[in-house]
Amino acid sequence: MQTLTIKNLTAEVDGKQILNGINLEINTGEIHALMGPNGSGKSTLSNVLAGHPDYTVTGGTISLNGEDLLEMSVSKRSLAGLFLAFQQPMEVPGLTIGKYLKRIVELRLAEGERMNVSAFIKDLKSNLDTVGLSHDFINRYLNEGFSGGEKKRMELIQMMMLEPSFAILDEIDSGLDIDALKTVATGVNKLKGGDFGALIITHYQRIMENIKPDFVHILYQGRIVKSGGRDLVDMLEAKGYGWVREEFNIPEEADEYQRTIAS
Amino acid sequence: MSISAQLPLEDYEHGYYFPDQSVFKTKKGLDESVVRAISARKNEPEWMLNYRLKAYQTFLKKDFPNWGADIGDIDFDEIYYYAKPVDKQQRSWDDVPDDIKETFDRIGIPEAEKKFLAGVGAQYDSEVVYHSLKEEISKQGVIFCDPETAVREHPEIVKKYFGTIIPHTDNKFAALNSAVWSGGSFVYVPKGVHVDIPLQAYFRINSENFGQFERTLIIAEEGSFVHYIEGCTAPVYTTDSLHSAVVEIIAKEGARVRYSTIQNWSGDIYNLVTKRAFAYKNATVEWVDGNIGSKRTMKYPSVFLKEPGAHGEILSIAYSGFNQEQDTGGKVVHLADDTTSVITSKSISKDGGISTYRGLIKVADGVKNAKSRVTCDALIIDDKSVSNTFPYMEVTSDDAVLEHEASVSKISEDQLFYLMSRGLDEESASTMIVNGFLDPLVKELPMEYAVELNRLIELEMEKSIG
Ligand SMILES: Nc1ncnc2c1ncn2[C@@H]1O[C@H](COP(=O)(O)OP(=O)(O)OP(=O)(O)O)[C@@H](O)[C@H]1O
Ligand SMILES: [Mg+2]
Repeated sequence: MQTLTIKNLTAEVDGKQILNGINLEINTGEIHALMGPNGSGKSTLSNVLAGHPDYTVTGGTISLNGEDLLEMSVSKRSLAGLFLAFQQPMEVPGLTIGKYLKRIVELRLAEGERMNVSAFIKDLKSNLDTVGLSHDFINRYLNEGFSGGEKKRMELIQMMMLEPSFAILDEIDSGLDIDALKTVATGVNKLKGGDFGALIITHYQRIMENIKPDFVHILYQGRIVKSGGRDLVDMLEAKGYGWVREEFNIPEEADEYQRTIAS
Repeated sequence: MSISAQLPLEDYEHGYYFPDQSVFKTKKGLDESVVRAISARKNEPEWMLNYRLKAYQTFLKKDFPNWGADIGDIDFDEIYYYAKPVDKQQRSWDDVPDDIKETFDRIGIPEAEKKFLAGVGAQYDSEVVYHSLKEEISKQGVIFCDPETAVREHPEIVKKYFGTIIPHTDNKFAALNSAVWSGGSFVYVPKGVHVDIPLQAYFRINSENFGQFERTLIIAEEGSFVHYIEGCTAPVYTTDSLHSAVVEIIAKEGARVRYSTIQNWSGDIYNLVTKRAFAYKNATVEWVDGNIGSKRTMKYPSVFLKEPGAHGEILSIAYSGFNQEQDTGGKVVHLADDTTSVITSKSISKDGGISTYRGLIKVADGVKNAKSRVTCDALIIDDKSVSNTFPYMEVTSDDAVLEHEASVSKISEDQLFYLMSRGLDEESASTMIVNGFLDPLVKELPMEYAVELNRLIELEMEKSIG
């Protein structure tokens, strides 16, 4: 079993403190869902985990199997088994998907090990089938001119090809049609098991019907204010986030703060 | 000091070189006796000698161009204008001297030949030492040889076309080339003949302080087709060297000529090349021109669309690194109705390199229905580097459609982060972005060249970050 541990994490971007002390532990074999209103810091947490240079960690620790993740470079974190599916994937014109995926899969080979190219292509095709993209995508340029949903599916393809230990899926379900939602679930469930853990960031309860999370967390103003099981999701659906503030006695001034950082 | 000079030799892929074993060299510097010596050495007929001498006079009179890259520090007295490494033309690979072979081996000529070369014209210093042409092609009447041989064996063709596209009076460096030219290629494709496999020639400078002045003349008769490919890798030197070639192309009615170059000169070379083509009725000429390395390059392949229906296409790729300036682009002159042209330029600047696109589209008075599209994309890798765009248009006709698009982009931090978050280090990530930027153009190259260009870019990218 592997473990990703976040302790008392605080972080800022552009001089503004966004994360206000996050505590979260994810083991392989577990699926966690993270929900929270717009601007509460979900993508900030993802970016901090992946090591985006714009985000500064001001306190706390993140460790991966006991190793200090914050000490690792962006690429090292990835090679160590962390994967981020971006809320807004970047376009890289001219970089064909086949070439790109081959390269990043190769990076994971043990020294001296040679890639089995035909197995790779077979894998890629089957993964394209799983997420419902045609094989023509192998020769498309990475995310260039993709529809929103295609970009999300391409994030999943990358995840499936890299087989990370931990995946953070930042709103992988937004912009997806209902059928695509199911394929996302298929993709995640394909990896689900002893060697894989995920943090699924979402606004919708629908994705939970297909990917059954073991834990649900609510992020509010840079803090996880409540963790629980799937019943939390129903509560949110029914009552919205106002309930969270009342329930947890979050002072009005914090809302003020919320409005300031959102403006 | 150039970046290549700072590196240990083994660090630069093509930076090996062998002891200078030139058999014959003219003295340093240039005067009439040097021109005469070159001509005599080649046993040239009187008419060619006279042409050289006239050109030499033109060279003396012409000034440096007063625009473009700064080339004022070329010292013409410090250059050897002619060196001849072996005595006779080699027919078979076995006869080529070992050290020359080894040099070629490392560039991969035998490999390339095995794969798909129709004919190999390989140039070592100023003389073609190895030349073979597959039988089918010569049976079709195609002539592919060095220009010296052409002067001897096909004087009627050479006399008819040599210097008619680029006269020695054209510019100072064309004059210099016309006076001291040596080696290059001569291609003649008879009417209706399609040469299916690209003709390739390799050029290589391997004498220090030695200027290379090859001369290429391609004549495609009516309805014929040929793709000529030229690639260059030069070894590392510490002092400046001059490369000044002249390439002339004639595409007659309905003919199509494609000329692809990838040049990877070491950081101390001045690369000043004049390339021009005449395209007649419904003919097409395409230049694919990749420039990597060199200290300064000035090169603007041009097409004169002389008769109705002619089409010209120029793809220019430039990479400028530390201490390098690529002043490149293209020129198309629409002289007849219904002529079309496309210029596409992609440049990359890194580590203080300067890439300049300089292009001219000219539509002559009274020309009807001329169309031209110019696209220039520049990628700047860091804040030290520079990109310039000078797209000139001279249009007196009122029936011309000209489109121009230019973009300058920088590698974005988010793009890099995206790729790095998949495990790529920063260098590989930026190389992937750069190669991606070039990909639409690279696809136009034959497979082997596409691979080589990608590899060269990778080497260049590694060089500075490492
Ligand atoms: N690079 C940045 N520069 C400036 N502000 C930023 C940056 N990234 C995030 N922020 C700010 O941090 C706050 C949290 O943003 P974040 O993207 O983490 O929210 P989120 O929970 O993912 O919201 P959503 O549900 O809309 O995706 C917002 O106020 C946002 O404007
Ligand atoms: Mg977000």
